[in-house]
Formats: sequence, structure tokens, C-alpha cells
Amino acid sequence: MMRWLLFIPLALALALGVLFWIGLGKEDKDVLPSPLVGQPFPAFNAVALLTDEALDQSSLPAKPMLVNVWATWCPTCKAEHAFLNQLAKQGITIVGINYKDDSAKAREWLKAFGDPYAFNIVDPDGKLGLELGVYGAPETFLVDSQGIIRGKHVGDLNTRVWQTLQPQFEAMK
Amino acid sequence: MIKRLLLVCLCCWPLAALAIVDGHKYPFEDQEKAERFRQLAENLRCPKCQNQNLADSNAPVAVDLRDKVYELLQEDQSDEQIVDYLVARYGDFVRYNPPFRMDTLLLWIGPALALLLGIGLLVLIWRSQNSAPKPLSEAEKARLEQLKKANRS
Repeated sequence: MMRWLLFIPLALALALGVLFWIGLGKEDKDVLPSPLVGQPFPAFNAVALLTDEALDQSSLPAKPMLVNVWATWCPTCKAEHAFLNQLAKQGITIVGINYKDDSAKAREWLKAFGDPYAFNIVDPDGKLGLELGVYGAPETFLVDSQGIIRGKHVGDLNTRVWQTLQPQFEAMK
Repeated sequence: MIKRLLLVCLCCWPLAALAIVDGHKYPFEDQEKAERFRQLAENLRCPKCQNQNLADSNAPVAVDLRDKVYELLQEDQSDEQIVDYLVARYGDFVRYNPPFRMDTLLLWIGPALALLLGIGLLVLIWRSQNSAPKPLSEAEKARLEQLKKANRS
């Protein structure tokens, strides 16, 4: 009898165990893959935070940009704000989505901490956020000049994160 | 008395088409929709809180998604359309039931495969233990005779 056959189940179980071990370790439970990557930026109708002018998807600039979802109630947004200012100074276009926030507070925030945004889309009830699959703040989307979403980062932007995002951002047309 | 009680119950019947989820009230015009709403809220996962469904979670995003499900139900969308709407925005993560696709194939047929493999192995072992011993070859017979002789002397 081929005794070695008896070891097949054990070997398989071990192999599965290793697979699960690696898989579970790799999974970042706070970051969900976005199905919107490769999709056009969703249609919306909103107003701009500072100017109150009407905005829709055609208001997005025709160049690669970051679309940053933020709110004054979000402590991590405060943490990344200085870095956003720095990126804006380097000439990177950042469009803000002021997500489920109080517009007066948001305006004060920008006055106090600086305004890195080309403009801000006011999203008081999170409707645009829902279209974008936003489940927390801050979240940042990489959007190309055609208005196609090319990437998404959940959590704050900082030097370390930018190291991985920058090549992707610069590759966008 | 019983009749009057029944009448009261009957009067309350339309009020029953109200789903209450986590303290939020969602009025429906019929019981069937309220039931569908309850089931959808229980079978969709909150993207923020991972191991809670939309009905259990009070995270802001779960409340938003619940409201959206309610809105879509009121627009007479089917359960499938509603689930697809959320999957298009939040990914497969929001459903507890993974779809049957090429990349989820192993997930679906894996257990059946393991079972078949186990049965196959059992059969193999069982057969090898129960098979009658093979008749001896000529060489083996000669060797046996030789051993017998040696034993006797």
C-alpha cells in the first residue's frame, strides 16, 4: 500500500493554513478596494464652499488632480492638512469635498489652517460621498484630466503615503 | 370581547408596515416592503464597522446606506438592483454572500473538492485493506518451499 497517500490530507491542511496565514496578514482590514477605480467621477450637483457657485462634474479641472474628502469633525483630516498645503504649494491640484460638515465651520477652518484646495464641493448630507463609496474621512481619490478615477487612498496623506501615490499621480494624464 | 380585540388588531394592521431599525423609523405602505427592507438591512454589511450589518450598526455610513436602501425601495427597485447599487460603490465587501465568479470559484467549490478528496482517500485505504492477497509467483513459491525446508531441518 502507498502509505505516503495518507499524508495528503495533512499536507493539504498545512498548505491551506499557510495560505490563510499569509492572506490574513496581508489584508488591511481598514482599507477596502474601491470598485470605482477606472470609472468616471460620478455626476453631482452641488455648490462651492467659498463662492457658493453651482458645481457639477464638468467643473472638475481638465488636469490630473487629487480629490480629497474632509470635514472639520475629522481629527485625521486635521493631521493631514499641513501636508495638503505642502502638496498644493508644489503645484498639485487638489479639489476638496467638504463631507457632511457645517459650511461655516469649514470656512473658518480654511481661514485658520490655510486653503490647499482649488475649490471645495459642499456635500452636507453625504450624497456625493455615497456615490464615491466613501465610508470615512479622510479619503483621497486620484482623478485624471478626463475625470476618470485612477486610484483611492483611505486615511491621511503624508510623506510616506505620498511616496507610493506620487508615481501613480505623475503617470496620470 | 374577543371580537372587539380582533377589531383593534385589524385597525392596527396598517401601522405594522413600519420597520424600526436601530431606533430609526422607516414607514412603508405595505408589510412586504418593510420585510424586504429588514432583510436587506440584515444582509448588507457596514463598510466601516466590518462585522456588523446595516441593521446593527449605528456608524454614520451605515445610517446613510440604510437611508439609501429605504429610498431605493420606495422607488420600487428590486432587491437585486439595490444590492448592485451598493456593490458598484462599496464593492463586494458590502454583501455577506460572495458572488459566484471565476475569482471566487475556489471559495464555492473548495469544500466540495475537499469532501471528494477525503472520500476518495477513504475508498483507496479501504480497498487496500480489504483486497485478497495476491497469489504467489513461481519465484515466491520456490522461496517459500526453501524456507519451509530450512525450518524443518
